[in-house]
Amino acid sequence: MTSLALTRDRIARVRPGPALAALLIAAFLLLFLVVPVVQVIFVAFQDKTTGAFTLVNFADFFRNDLFMRSFGNSVYVSAMSVVVASLLALPLAYLTTRFEFRGAVLIQSLGIIPLIMPPFIGAVAMQLLFGRNGSVNLLLRDHFGFSIPFMEGLNGVIFVQSIHYFPFILINLSASLKNIDRAMEESAQNLGCHGFRLFRRIVFPLAMPGYVAGASLVFIKVFDDLGTPLLLNVNDMLAPQAYLRISSIGIADPMGYVISVVLIACSLLALWVSALAMRGKDYATVQRGGGGLARRRMKPLELVAAYAVVLLILVLVLAPHIGLGLLSFATIWSFSPLPDAFTLKHYHTVFTESGQYITNTLLYASLAALLDVVIGTAIAYLVLRTKLPGRQWLDYVAMAALAVPGVVLGIGYLRSFYGVPMPFSGQPLSNFWLILVFALAIRRLPYALRACTAALQQVSSSLEEAAENLGATKLRTVGRIVVPLMSGGILAGFVTSFATAAVELSATIMLVHSQSDAPLAYGLYVYMQSAAGRGPGAALGIFAVIIVGLGTYLSHVVIERGRRERGQDH
Amino acid sequence: MKTTDRASEGNPIMNHQFSPAALAPRIESVGVDIEGVNLSYGSNHVLKDVNLAIRPGEFFAFLGPSGCGKTTLLRLIAGFNTAQQGEVRIGGRDISVLPPHRRDVGMVFQSYALWPHMTVRRNVAFGLEERRVPRAEIERRVDAALDLVGLKHLADRRPSQLSGGQQQRVALARTVVIEPKILLLDEPLSNLDAKLRVQMRQELLSLQRKLGLTTIFVTHDQEEANTICDRIAVMDDGRVQQVGTPQDLYDHPANLFVAGFLGTANVLDGTVQGGDGGSVFVGAGITPVALPPSVAPGAAGKLMFRPQNLIIRQDGTPPAPGHARLAGRIRHREFLGASIRYAVDVGGQLVQVDAPHQAGDALLAPDAPIILDLAADKARFLSR
Repeated sequence: MTSLALTRDRIARVRPGPALAALLIAAFLLLFLVVPVVQVIFVAFQDKTTGAFTLVNFADFFRNDLFMRSFGNSVYVSAMSVVVASLLALPLAYLTTRFEFRGAVLIQSLGIIPLIMPPFIGAVAMQLLFGRNGSVNLLLRDHFGFSIPFMEGLNGVIFVQSIHYFPFILINLSASLKNIDRAMEESAQNLGCHGFRLFRRIVFPLAMPGYVAGASLVFIKVFDDLGTPLLLNVNDMLAPQAYLRISSIGIADPMGYVISVVLIACSLLALWVSALAMRGKDYATVQRGGGGLARRRMKPLELVAAYAVVLLILVLVLAPHIGLGLLSFATIWSFSPLPDAFTLKHYHTVFTESGQYITNTLLYASLAALLDVVIGTAIAYLVLRTKLPGRQWLDYVAMAALAVPGVVLGIGYLRSFYGVPMPFSGQPLSNFWLILVFALAIRRLPYALRACTAALQQVSSSLEEAAENLGATKLRTVGRIVVPLMSGGILAGFVTSFATAAVELSATIMLVHSQSDAPLAYGLYVYMQSAAGRGPGAALGIFAVIIVGLGTYLSHVVIERGRRERGQDH
Repeated sequence: MKTTDRASEGNPIMNHQFSPAALAPRIESVGVDIEGVNLSYGSNHVLKDVNLAIRPGEFFAFLGPSGCGKTTLLRLIAGFNTAQQGEVRIGGRDISVLPPHRRDVGMVFQSYALWPHMTVRRNVAFGLEERRVPRAEIERRVDAALDLVGLKHLADRRPSQLSGGQQQRVALARTVVIEPKILLLDEPLSNLDAKLRVQMRQELLSLQRKLGLTTIFVTHDQEEANTICDRIAVMDDGRVQQVGTPQDLYDHPANLFVAGFLGTANVLDGTVQGGDGGSVFVGAGITPVALPPSVAPGAAGKLMFRPQNLIIRQDGTPPAPGHARLAGRIRHREFLGASIRYAVDVGGQLVQVDAPHQAGDALLAPDAPIILDLAADKARFLSR
């Protein structure tokens, strides 16, 4: 242990300021990440009545048909979502990297649009468009006499998830394709290779790490997601089962914990597999003067085909948004391709009855995001700029949140904080709204931390040394030099955290105690439970899309402006 | 580069002699003819009426500053870009319409372009596999090629585990193993450190000599081109400025660009006037210099000579026959070891003079006046 090896000499050199910050962060991570998760794992291995160590809970899990079916379904849905998402992403990535294609801008927006709306919000709208009696199938049946089961059972989850998550594959795959040096391809041509063989032997293997990274991310996200299956009323999957066990039987029932452990194990497994696939394969081969594969102009027929593919995917990607928009203005929409009539009533309902959802969301998400960038910046600084023993562990622990599904964190919080009474009111601590903020902050911390670390890595330490040399203290240097130079990255981290926290459902749904404390995502879930609530629910969903979309756009503008001002325009 | 890599670059690999006997007997060397080539990217005219005849078995260099079009011309031969006009013939056959993979032209890329997902052996075998060579023969020829560059013991490593010099050898082996008609080298030494570069260029030359492979070498380094190439095409601004042996180019540059690019050149402004014995060059601070009869009085141009063409006179004797005399004042000096370079102000123009140095010789003081003699037949009058 490093701490034991500390000599008096080394202790003397550790400054009190960074050490204090490190201790505070460590305490926060311990209390709101490590303890709840360890608690969950602990309970899964505990006998319900005696509290002794046992494997009987796991035996029960594997003997239970419902759980085994749920497990199988979760694996199947995640794997199929990866397949469908790949089918959407591959042609788009190929088009942008291989051809001089004006539609590239369109493809870039395709990569962002789905991400600004969480899948569960669009799920109901997708039912209305693609469900058994949705617009598309009604039209198909009327005109051609058949229908397509897009949304039947697990199909619905796969369909909604892959439309939402394919950008992860698109972005990663495009990036690694762009990182292949042109000489890689040319040298193969020079040695007599061309066409599909060239793609199979050189281009595809070099792009593989990017694809695996994207695909494993999609797998984990889909495997852990609670909101989409819940809203589509598909309950025989793992995350919904964990939620239903806890919410219907209670926090003492061990099965919820066992499922949580299985979820964590699967996330870790997927991360491990992708790490294994990527090991020793840092294939970024672009040399100076190089840059990307050779592009060529498309022939007219190819151009038509390319636009057809892009437009088809664009329509699919926009379908949830369009459906949601229609639904939010619809009087009645049932068994017809389009709503019967339009109204503003639902927006009125949301404003008068449910304003608290929106204000709560803004409050929680901005607090969580603020917490994230403060902690993210601090950890980045501690890791990169100090010699504090054990500093690397702050980074590891914060990143570990990536492998903890929201529903698991929610269960862990319930278990850890339900028994702790609040001062004065005597209410359980887990009912306190700030706990929700902490849960959101922990969930989004890995993204903010990476953004802050990347930003700090770009600030040369000689800039700091210059400030100190001219008489600034460490703290003043951080305030006047480091943080301003990191501002672009910090802002990006803030917005990502904010936008995703604003529509988080998995952890939220476990922890919301009263309607008045509930954020938007929870309100939406409640509305969507009844047919009458769909309209207002959709209107609320539109608000969510606007909040997230606006945030994303603003950060883009600010970051671009900052980059231009600092002349980093390349 | 890691220090361990550097260590492995020392003996014995470093001193390995290429042994071409291991490779299959070479097919006959072929020449390359480039005729009337014009190439533009949009409004950017990159190659302007390029004509070259590269002889079979020759080690030929495209030499020029960056942006002169030398790499574009090399890539044109390999088929990675297309000229709007003109043709390229290899062994008399027009290859302008062939796609890169059917040209049989081996190219070693500046970045080596070794595929990181394949071992050294797989990299080298790639071109033979594409040619559907039988498996047993592939193994035999890959072994021979790796033997040739002294890397057989590293055949199962990944490129990322090799040092820069080793990667360079793998790239070379990967190219020569397919027995291409000609070999193209795109700044192959630019990614190596200075010491290794000197070593590698000798090895390149001995490999080329033994294989008898017509080779084109692109570089911006005149020393590199001078030391290993039979002939050089000096390029600037998309045009071939001059073609010749290194000595030719240095001693008889066709224009001021070639003169300056192949070494330090003193250039004096002045006029050409008619005299008794023919034209003479008249300039400030210099006695008239006799010019060859081909230069007519009134011709525009400059007088060019090398720093070592000047002789410092301190004894006050008149210039020997056929010599012109320059009078100036030393501005500053650089001690180079074997010689001392003085910058001398001659009639308002700076002239560099190299004086050989021996231990015990005194240096001339800056600001001292100085008399210099120049043999007229060493100076050249260049019209552009």
